[in-house]
Amino acid sequence: MKKHSTITCFWQGNEACAEAAIAAGCRFFAGYPITPSSEMAEHLAKRLPQEGGIAIQMEDELASIGAIVGASWAGAKAMTATSGPGFSLMQEGIGYAFMTETPIVVVDVQRAGPSTGQATKCGQGDVMQSRWGTHGDYTAIALSPNSVQEMFTLTIEAFNLSEKYRTPVILLADEIIAHMREQLTVPPLETLDIVNRRKPKAGEKAFFGLEEVPPMPAVGEGYNIVATGSTHDEYGIRVTADPIPHRRLVERLNSKIQNHADEIADCETYNIDDCEIGIVSYGCTSRSVYEAVEEAEKRGTKIGFARLRTLWPFPEKIIRKLAESAKAIIVPEMNLKQLFYEVERVSCGRVRVLPLNKIGGGELITPEELLAKISEAKKQ
Amino acid sequence: MTEAFSAQKYLRDIKPPFCAGCGAFTVTNVFLRAVHEQGHENLDKFVFCSGIGCSAWIPSPHFKADSVHTLHGRSIPVATGIKLVRPSVNIVVFGGDGDIVGIGLSHFIHAARRNLDILVIMVNNMVYGMTGGQVAPTTPFKTRTTTTPYGSFEYPLDAAKLAVTAGACYVARWTTININELKESIKKALNMKGFRFIEVVSQCPTAFGRRAGFKDAGEMLKWFKENATPIRQAEQMSEEALDRRIVVGEFTERKRLTLVETVYKTIEEARKVEG
Repeated sequence: MKKHSTITCFWQGNEACAEAAIAAGCRFFAGYPITPSSEMAEHLAKRLPQEGGIAIQMEDELASIGAIVGASWAGAKAMTATSGPGFSLMQEGIGYAFMTETPIVVVDVQRAGPSTGQATKCGQGDVMQSRWGTHGDYTAIALSPNSVQEMFTLTIEAFNLSEKYRTPVILLADEIIAHMREQLTVPPLETLDIVNRRKPKAGEKAFFGLEEVPPMPAVGEGYNIVATGSTHDEYGIRVTADPIPHRRLVERLNSKIQNHADEIADCETYNIDDCEIGIVSYGCTSRSVYEAVEEAEKRGTKIGFARLRTLWPFPEKIIRKLAESAKAIIVPEMNLKQLFYEVERVSCGRVRVLPLNKIGGGELITPEELLAKISEAKKQ
Repeated sequence: MTEAFSAQKYLRDIKPPFCAGCGAFTVTNVFLRAVHEQGHENLDKFVFCSGIGCSAWIPSPHFKADSVHTLHGRSIPVATGIKLVRPSVNIVVFGGDGDIVGIGLSHFIHAARRNLDILVIMVNNMVYGMTGGQVAPTTPFKTRTTTTPYGSFEYPLDAAKLAVTAGACYVARWTTININELKESIKKALNMKGFRFIEVVSQCPTAFGRRAGFKDAGEMLKWFKENATPIRQAEQMSEEALDRRIVVGEFTERKRLTLVETVYKTIEEARKVEG
């Protein structure tokens, strides 16, 4: 994009994500074709070279995430985009990026799984995978856009968080939001808040510790970086058996995110302090919630909702607030109860939590189905 | 060359993890000698990438240089990202046979096809050494390993031939007894562009040799010496006669546009169209 004032566009979600990546400073994309995320690779293949960047199609998802990790260590902001099956293949790489504190952005456009499932149809079944997908103890950051506008703003946020915390960030989109075309506003690029990783000062050598988020040099700059996915000390030197460095490293990697969960938590909330029925939703499902809330209020029910832009770390405080005021919370999801259990956990039995689930064929949960659930919740 | 060679100059003061008699010592020494003879006072111009396995520990964390110790099999993809973003660095990938042509085989083929500008040094010890001696895609037919107690029932892969077919610019194979040839080969490869592949058939007395019937590392070196067959000679021999022989020498040396060249040319073209 050239310099411009605020412009109004009519873009597809995937396109908005790709343009936002460029706006955030992404100059390296590696991916493998998969529905429903391929438009991102296609768009970036055209656009990144125009911006002096590189877009390359790798031989598989393992290579794609490997290449963006390499690009990030070479100093570039880097991204990949995939969907369920490819996201599964990338899990080991996500763990590697977490362990080596490599900022990368992984876009997962969810489709109906497990396995190949229904490749062109929407689903929200990767919610728990985005939290627990890789092995070992780790803490994920995952964002959930519910509009083409948010495909833009949350992609920028994903890059900013990954650079700030030196960690992989997952943009957990879904087929409906990624393939939908709608109006969005793109602000002048120079007005965007862009975060860049902190570079080391002269003489700094601890690129893997001492501070909560250590500075990150690039290879080829004479720092003699030792990066490894094995347990390592603050200088990157591998420590394969000593328990203390392992505890110190893995606890820091987790706490550097968990200690800032409230700062990272981003929610759209409505009447959460004072409502009869609460709704917790995210992604495409939340689009039906808006209409259902309007209609329910017309019918005289006081609804409060939390619509999560941050799925992980889970915005516990907001959900707890909702649990204190509502007498029931409905959790609509296009999966068979994934975030539901998290809402139930945080509610601590203060409130009834009711699931509303629908999978298959990419069928959205309708406002009517939500209204029926609201009536049911009121009766109990 | 102004001063005598000292491997220590290029190494961190960390005890090497390799078993007594391991070929990794030879490969480390020969590589650093090649670098020294090319006049490099340090390793600042290099970035080393490796995966998982004993051979991946040759550079990481021992070389005083940038080194990225990646996942099992994924050193080449990570090297792809680094090289494309920073074309000025010389990337050398170290890996074992399991890492490079077992779990990472597809990346190996595609990097050769793309002509990615890296040098891959594959230490082929014919076994999964770090995990205790399991059969590898390079294990000779009928060899006993921990997972082939009755002898391997599969045929081994010829990685050097595969690299030639896939499009590598330089391919050579040596054993750990051919140290001068190996050193000259590394020097030549370091001066070339494109995808370069050097396979070093190496001894693993601990996890391979003792089950395959070798008393010690010395016996394995003797085996290499007796069976290493120069490629020109091998070309005149029948398949039966070549059974169990280790064909050594340079398999190819050629020039074609490299990935860095084609990618940056594309950027130039895209900007022209856009501009």
